[in-house]
Amino acid sequence: MADINLSRITKCFGDYRAVNQVSLDIADGEFVALLGPSGCGKTTLLRLLAGFEEPDHGQISLGGQIMASPENNVMISPEDRNLGIVFQSYALWPHMTVARNVGYPLEVRGLGRADQDRKIAEALDIVALGPYANRSPSELSGGQRQRVALARCLVMEPRAVLLDEPLANLDVHLRETMQQAFLDFHRRTGATMIYVTHDQSEAMAMADRIAVMDKGHIRQMAAPETLYREPADLMVAGFVGAGAVLPVQGVTVGSNGNCSVQLGQSSITARICPKLADGLTTANAGLCLRPEDVWVIDDAPLRGQVDDCVYLGGRFRLSVRIGADQTLPVYANRRARIGEQVGLQVNDGWVFDRMSGEAA
Amino acid sequence: MQATGRLRGVLPGIIAKPNGNRSSDRLLIWLVVPVFIISILPILRLGFEGVMVGGVPSFDYFHDVLGNSSTWRATANSLYTAGLGTIISLLIGGAFAFLVALTDIRAKAALVFCFMIPMMIPPQITALSWVQLTGPSSALLNAIGMAPPLGSPQPLYSAEGIALLLGIQHASIVFLTLRANLRMLPREQIEAARLAGARGGRLWWQIILPLTSPGLIAGTAMAFVTALGNFGIPAMLGIPAGYQTLPTLIYQKLAGFGPSVLGEVSVLAMLIGAIAICGVALHHRLLSKRDYRLMGMVGRPLDVKLGARRSLVEMALWTVLVAILVIPLLALFTTALVPAFGVKLTFANATFEAFHEVMFVQPSTIRAFQNSFVLSVGAAVTLVLMCLPLAYVMVRRPSNLTKLINLLVEVPYALPGVVLAIACILLFIRIPLIDVSLYGTLAIIFVAYLARFLVIALRPVMNSFTQLDPALEEAAQACGAGLSRRLRDILLPLAAPSAAAGALLVFLTAFNELTVSALLWSAGNETLGVLIFNLDDSGDTVLASAVAVLVVLVVIALMSCFQLAARRLPKGVVPWQT
Ligand SMILES: Nc1ncnc2c1ncn2[C@@H]1O[C@H](COP(=O)(O)OP(=O)(O)O)[C@@H](O)[C@H]1O
Ligand SMILES: [Mg+2]
Repeated sequence: MADINLSRITKCFGDYRAVNQVSLDIADGEFVALLGPSGCGKTTLLRLLAGFEEPDHGQISLGGQIMASPENNVMISPEDRNLGIVFQSYALWPHMTVARNVGYPLEVRGLGRADQDRKIAEALDIVALGPYANRSPSELSGGQRQRVALARCLVMEPRAVLLDEPLANLDVHLRETMQQAFLDFHRRTGATMIYVTHDQSEAMAMADRIAVMDKGHIRQMAAPETLYREPADLMVAGFVGAGAVLPVQGVTVGSNGNCSVQLGQSSITARICPKLADGLTTANAGLCLRPEDVWVIDDAPLRGQVDDCVYLGGRFRLSVRIGADQTLPVYANRRARIGEQVGLQVNDGWVFDRMSGEAA
Repeated sequence: MQATGRLRGVLPGIIAKPNGNRSSDRLLIWLVVPVFIISILPILRLGFEGVMVGGVPSFDYFHDVLGNSSTWRATANSLYTAGLGTIISLLIGGAFAFLVALTDIRAKAALVFCFMIPMMIPPQITALSWVQLTGPSSALLNAIGMAPPLGSPQPLYSAEGIALLLGIQHASIVFLTLRANLRMLPREQIEAARLAGARGGRLWWQIILPLTSPGLIAGTAMAFVTALGNFGIPAMLGIPAGYQTLPTLIYQKLAGFGPSVLGEVSVLAMLIGAIAICGVALHHRLLSKRDYRLMGMVGRPLDVKLGARRSLVEMALWTVLVAILVIPLLALFTTALVPAFGVKLTFANATFEAFHEVMFVQPSTIRAFQNSFVLSVGAAVTLVLMCLPLAYVMVRRPSNLTKLINLLVEVPYALPGVVLAIACILLFIRIPLIDVSLYGTLAIIFVAYLARFLVIALRPVMNSFTQLDPALEEAAQACGAGLSRRLRDILLPLAAPSAAAGALLVFLTAFNELTVSALLWSAGNETLGVLIFNLDDSGDTVLASAVAVLVVLVVIALMSCFQLAARRLPKGVVPWQT
């Protein structure tokens, strides 16, 4: 196990910067998710960590040991990094049995037959595949293949486990089971885990911290609740969680990180990003409202018109239009007619600079 | 990396990257040196003859040869026969490969087994048997009383006749390359297309054909290049009709023997080499545009249900087999049984005298079998061992150097065998530096075989590496496996079917090979091809046919041994096994 440090890593394919000046610090034993839209460079970043790609600039170190640093002509090859990796396509070897797939890292390390068998059995038990040891991978289902890939990582006691969209090929039900399996795995082994996904709910459910990526940059790295409550910029606010970002004027900064903003005819109290509060211009301020921040109260002064109503089981989600082109998702306890006028009470919100991060 | 590669010009890989701790860079050097010595140096040596006139550099030979209209006529003829022949190979080999690999026809193993045999018959024997079959003195047709009248023209003595036999001869090349490719086609991808509503022709044209196009293109290129360098068929069919292709033109130049022979042959060889390189470059261009790596599990093969049409398809396939295999073999066999060439075969005069003669009277037959066996097995094993790492480097770490190698290894195969033989004699008659002569030993034939058949072993392996999901190798890398371990544990088993197909191709092609060994053999070092040719050449056509029949029988026996061992080998190693 080891902590992982990336410092100003850049990787170009031709003229295209797939990963651009990325710095990351991941603590030993942490479960970090790399979240971002498809094509933003997540896989490339993971492959840089694993050593399959060589960075053009920057430095990668693992437990204080430099793994890659083009400036110093250092490039440790993947086989010497002791990192486990789980591929989206599972990458099980079709010509080996499940047991041999799992035991291969031990075979490479020249472990004795008896030790190998014991560790293979242990690893297969952890992923609940003991009875399948002698099957061929083609005789397993998708979820089972995924667990074999995980067991293969497990036996080698890697310094960290890298997972590239491991659940993307599985059905929804299996996905939840496997999420739990990954979490159990993390708790049992205490392994540092870096989990690439484009699915925000997956990232939120599992990770200690999430790094949100976009166009080769890391936009924000924080705990899931921080990302959700206090997005650093527009991209993060839109990508993580439901909600809406409204441009607002008339921000008055108060004490304790609070402020009051003007929304329609009413004035509401919201939390404000310290960077914005520290005297910077509030011309580009945006208000991020999550559905649970806004309550439907019939006689509230902020009025809106219901555009859409969806039953979620236990409650309804309404899209309420306020102003010309601003819609808010809000939760309600009763069904609303399309076109109906409702009153909204805003209990909380997050004000940040809508333009930050755009220049980069 | 690209930029530095460009700066270093054509030899970037030889200089390891400044921080290149990648073992594949070191591997490349170890591979490049033998490949260079074996397949490129002899050609360069021959090329040297073409640009030196009386010891001074000159383009005189180029002027003479390229200014001669017979050169261009032969070039056009070569292109026409090789092109038409390739189309025929593609139709026959492609149809067999698709139907055998993807449908539920019965008796696949037997079909494939029989389909491999035409390739094992030396080209001049194929030509001989077809001429015997269709001509007025046909032993078979005479026996059943259907021979054309004496004096009527032989229809095979024509460009189309040459193309037809070239096409039949090389159909197995297309078949084997394509089949290795079809094996890796995951059933899911075709099922997905069927769920998307694709059926019948659409399924074939839009999904299966594009997915297998790497194999199709590779097989086509190989069949074309093979047909281009073929000597036996145009010699037997073209020379009587006054129809010249580049290989027969070279042969006639060589037969002429004059002071300028080597120089002119060298220029003609460059011409064939240039055409072959164009063909191969086109093949690489086409392939580079498609990166159809087949993701995921290499699963169970597909079984398209043919339904009511199955019997019809089976009948068509067996009819083609009878036409291209059984009838010529029968013709060969009947010739081996007649007491003298041209005599009408009857039950009364049929005799095994020729077989007795070649097996027990002439010691050269057994010796030739031994020599050819050692040479072809040795070449197949050596080449596969060389090609696995070489194909790996060429596919996974492409550089300008590997691209150059990729083109150059094609040349010794595309050149007519006699040309390669001359090149090898020039280079190895006195090896510089160590002052040893290989001439007059089996070793010179062996080296020439390595040069000639390198590309046959290389292509299928490259093809399968191209299709392998890179994650399979990267997973092993992450497990701590170094390059040699990955090659052994992961890549070798996964490429084994292709490598075995390549080795088998080398073995079968080398076993009956004639044109290279025709100039390189010496007493005691004759090969089967040479033996058959010498017998036929000295008028002992019946004895030649007997040896040819024996060769076919031995090869069938060997193939049967593989068949019996198939259960113990990894799936797909034996190409005709389903
Ligand atoms: N080997 C490569 N060569 C060229 N471009 C690449 C290569 N790998 C990735 N890219 C490009 O880099 C960008 C990021 O890719 P990737 O890291 O795979 O995205 P993600 O995993 O976030 O979907 C994409 O635009 C992709 O086209
Ligand atoms: Mg990805």
